[in-house]
Amino acid sequence: MTTQQIQAPFPGVFYRTPSPDEPVYVEEGQAVQAGDVIGLIEVMKQFVELKAEASGTLVSFSADNESVLEAGDVIGTLEVNE
Amino acid sequence: MIRRLLIVNRGEIALRIVRAARELGLVSIVAHSEADADTLAVQHADEAVCIGPAQASKSYLNIPAVLEAARSCQADAVHPGYGFLSESADFARAVKEAGLIFIGPDAEIIARMGDKAMARQTAIAAGVPVVPGSPHAVEGLEDALAVAEEVGYPLLIKAAAGGGGRGIRVAEDSDMLAKQLPQAQAEAQAAFGDGRVYLERFIARARHIEVQILADGQRALHFFERECSLQRRRQKVLEEAPSPAVDSATRKRLCDSAVALAEHVGYLGAGTLEYLFDDTTGEFFFIEMNTRIQVEHPVTEMITGFDLVRAMIQIAAGEPLGIAQDEITMKGWAIEMRINAEDPDRDFFPSLGTVEKLVWPTGPGVRIDSGLYEGYKMPPFYDSLVAKLIVWDDTRERALTRAGRALDEFHLQGFTTTADLHRRLIEDPAVKAGAFDTAFLERWLSEPASNHANKKEVIHEQ
Repeated sequence: MTTQQIQAPFPGVFYRTPSPDEPVYVEEGQAVQAGDVIGLIEVMKQFVELKAEASGTLVSFSADNESVLEAGDVIGTLEVNE
Repeated sequence: MIRRLLIVNRGEIALRIVRAARELGLVSIVAHSEADADTLAVQHADEAVCIGPAQASKSYLNIPAVLEAARSCQADAVHPGYGFLSESADFARAVKEAGLIFIGPDAEIIARMGDKAMARQTAIAAGVPVVPGSPHAVEGLEDALAVAEEVGYPLLIKAAAGGGGRGIRVAEDSDMLAKQLPQAQAEAQAAFGDGRVYLERFIARARHIEVQILADGQRALHFFERECSLQRRRQKVLEEAPSPAVDSATRKRLCDSAVALAEHVGYLGAGTLEYLFDDTTGEFFFIEMNTRIQVEHPVTEMITGFDLVRAMIQIAAGEPLGIAQDEITMKGWAIEMRINAEDPDRDFFPSLGTVEKLVWPTGPGVRIDSGLYEGYKMPPFYDSLVAKLIVWDDTRERALTRAGRALDEFHLQGFTTTADLHRRLIEDPAVKAGAFDTAFLERWLSEPASNHANKKEVIHEQ
């Protein structure tokens, strides 16, 4: 079992939900497939989907909803399926 | 009387307003977010006040925080700039109720012109042409066919409850209308829970032309038109004044209609009336009014010699317009190029970074409106517009040449901008000829760049 740190590819504001009234994309502990959207990053009024790079379990988020990120900041931890 | 002006905005427009305020002898106070404490507007302002965290919803859009800042710094007037709260009727009302002057029209006018249906009704009442369409939702096919005869083909079938381009179908003739109408009604019912549809003339190749006005509540004056057809995703990229498509007779009718509408509503402040212009027929149709200063106001300032931002502050302070329409004349040609921190080669994705090296173009007829400086680190939270490069010369051809010279002098290191795109765009034969519509730029961008004229590609053949 390997764990992967999910990092912000560029600075911006991180969102766990597609819009304020909707549920989160992924709950902590939930299984994800490679390519699944796990959050949004807003940069200069553009919203970019953040996708899981591998299949596995999204163990935890270290970035809160609506938090401000610098490039390289850790967003969460993914336990990758073997 | 205004003594202390609170500027609730950021970037180049905050700096533009600081400059106008200082020249008027007012104390300029910039309200800024935590991410904008180091901006050029804050540095040049007499005072600054932080109104909240980086996210605009918590600072630049936070009405209670702005009012609290206005109280704490004893401001007597508030300038909203463009974007953010500039067209919020609630904000204008709240500022007034707090006993302050809002630099702009009354909340009622902002609300009235901000509602598309009400703005259209107001234009009709003022005798201003609007896009021909059915006066109400069409009932059945017979009604639709009768209305279509008056509106003319091709036409759009638009869902009453639609918006943002959704729920629109095109009918080229009566057969297509008969076929499309029930489908459009069913689709509107399914998508919006409202089956009502309207008919509207489809203007396939339109220009976007707008008229700048200033009004003091009694009288309105126009400052001629701006040509803003070069757009990408409905965002203006390059603007000019005057329009190469408008002759003097059309200009008079167009600008007179803008004045009539502004006076009809008793407008106060700076405003812009946007029109669709069909240069195959010479017809123009009012589409909407922006009740604030606009990004592209400098091209109007360059051809008329008037300071619009200063004037809107003076009007808000209660000074009547001190000039007559015939004292406003236009001279020469002005072009504005919006320099955005975006990478055209990566589908205009934001390009962030720190300004490592910056050389502005200077010399005759060049104006830069920008908050950039060497060492400035761009925050990721706001719009990507980082500079406006404006040039003036006595003819359009010379203004385009000067634009090229200015772009060649411009040098920015640290992130990618749209400056190189402008350098290619102004060499395009259609742009040089002034022959374009609102869809031109997206067509041009979808072509390979190798098709575009490029001055730097010298052909060595003897």
